[in-house]
Amino acid sequence: MKTHRALPLSVLVLASGCGGYQSALGAKGAPAIHVEHLIVGIVAVCTVIWILVMMMLVLALVRARRSVASQATGSEKPLTVAVSAAIAATVVIIAGMTIASFYTTRNIGLPDSTALTITVRGQQWWWQVFYADSPAGPGFQTANEIHIPVGRDVRLRLESPDVIHSFWVPSLAGKQDLVPGRTNSLLLRAEKPGVYRGQCAEFCGLQHSHMAILVIAETQAAFEGWAATQRLDAAGSADPDIAAGQASFMAKPCAACHTVRGTPAGGTTGPDLTHVGGRRTIAAGLLETTRGSLAAWIADPQTLKPGNNMPMVPLTSIELRNISAYMESLK
Amino acid sequence: MAEKVSSSSKAVFALAGVLFLAASGAILGWFRQPRELRLDPPLSANLDRIKLMPNGISGSPPESYFAIGKPYESDAWNLSQGKRLYAWFGCGSCHGDGRGGVGPSFLDGWWLYGPEMVSIVASIRDGRPHGMPAFRDRMTSEQIWQLAGYVQTIGSYKPKVAAPSRNDDRQTRPAENRGPAKILFDEGPAGVHPDQGPTP
Repeated sequence: MKTHRALPLSVLVLASGCGGYQSALGAKGAPAIHVEHLIVGIVAVCTVIWILVMMMLVLALVRARRSVASQATGSEKPLTVAVSAAIAATVVIIAGMTIASFYTTRNIGLPDSTALTITVRGQQWWWQVFYADSPAGPGFQTANEIHIPVGRDVRLRLESPDVIHSFWVPSLAGKQDLVPGRTNSLLLRAEKPGVYRGQCAEFCGLQHSHMAILVIAETQAAFEGWAATQRLDAAGSADPDIAAGQASFMAKPCAACHTVRGTPAGGTTGPDLTHVGGRRTIAAGLLETTRGSLAAWIADPQTLKPGNNMPMVPLTSIELRNISAYMESLK
Repeated sequence: MAEKVSSSSKAVFALAGVLFLAASGAILGWFRQPRELRLDPPLSANLDRIKLMPNGISGSPPESYFAIGKPYESDAWNLSQGKRLYAWFGCGSCHGDGRGGVGPSFLDGWWLYGPEMVSIVASIRDGRPHGMPAFRDRMTSEQIWQLAGYVQTIGSYKPKVAAPSRNDDRQTRPAENRGPAKILFDEGPAGVHPDQGPTP
């Protein structure tokens, strides 16, 4: 009884993995769509073959029981024809699948020129994202969130300063490793606007599972607007809490590791916080960005994400409140 | 015949011994050292109550430090945390990899304020004359103890049993578990340190 109820439920749970914002079977980007077609095609062909083979096996078993006596006298000619046909079909099908795989690989490769190049550095355990200088303005840095224009080819340069990571946004493209000491490239192209989640796909240490990235595909105009905001320095605020938070941020060790453009804070060890309040998540997808989650993170990062590279800093409750207000204000 | 039996029974005993050792190793490994990711706040506040001698050198740690088993000197997890803190708080910008630079070396065989944990904790927490800044407002007292344990380890003449984690970068000096201070001991020109520290 219990299993009867559990079965449709588990099928539902499994099927729910086939859609959504992180799924190789709900592809929304050109490279992922090519790969999806290949997977579906190969699975379909193999399913048909498997059914045919099973039917032949059943047939052989049934026939053998009926006519053991007449076996010796039969001619071998039909058998020869059947085996030859099977071998020919095997050769044709395997060659066909090889050719399909070859063309898929060629299709997901990088074109000669792309609209945009973004450098992604995987670190333990977050993603550092660099947008290069462009005619529209100077380059800038962000973290754990990549914005791309829809329908344009984007080249990702993948680097790692520490250990091997792997960039995988299943809805948009295949996997590509980030290897220390070399630069890999990956084509990213979204056909539909949306938010796509990715995840480090190469075990990289204690917090490997908390190393997520969001790719946000938007129209060209929205993308330009976002990039223009990102290029701006952090805006000051007249709010006394926020101003006090900024002062504490500069006086405490925060500024030694984090950059906030437009202020003296220029550390490069941790993520650039110039527009941290505008990002959807903090700590590589660990928590949604809210004033509360920012405060929780600053108060005790080692309990929320043990082993990460941010130390706990002694703050009074008022300093903590002001600094989290300051972080939230950095849109 | 008798010889054969005894040699094969020896082999059986040897095998049993090896298996026993392997099993005990596995059981020991299973008892993983617990990691305290964050000390109880009252305990942490109590660790701050070190008593120093009037000249700021040596003294006694609070009772609670002995009650928790002196973890910051002897426990690999805390030493590893200390090593991370050493990098994060920029100790290397003055003290290098421990061999000094703008600031004094930890590995030349001389401790300006003695090798006791309390002295090192006090140096980090309150600062020292001639440029050592105070980290009181920048680090929690637990972090200061962890960092002090690491500094004591790299400057120790006798390697400790516990070692911090390995370097991810290139080694520039012998690793912590080899007793770098002993290997790199430098007596220096006569008269530089007239009355400080024993020769290892």
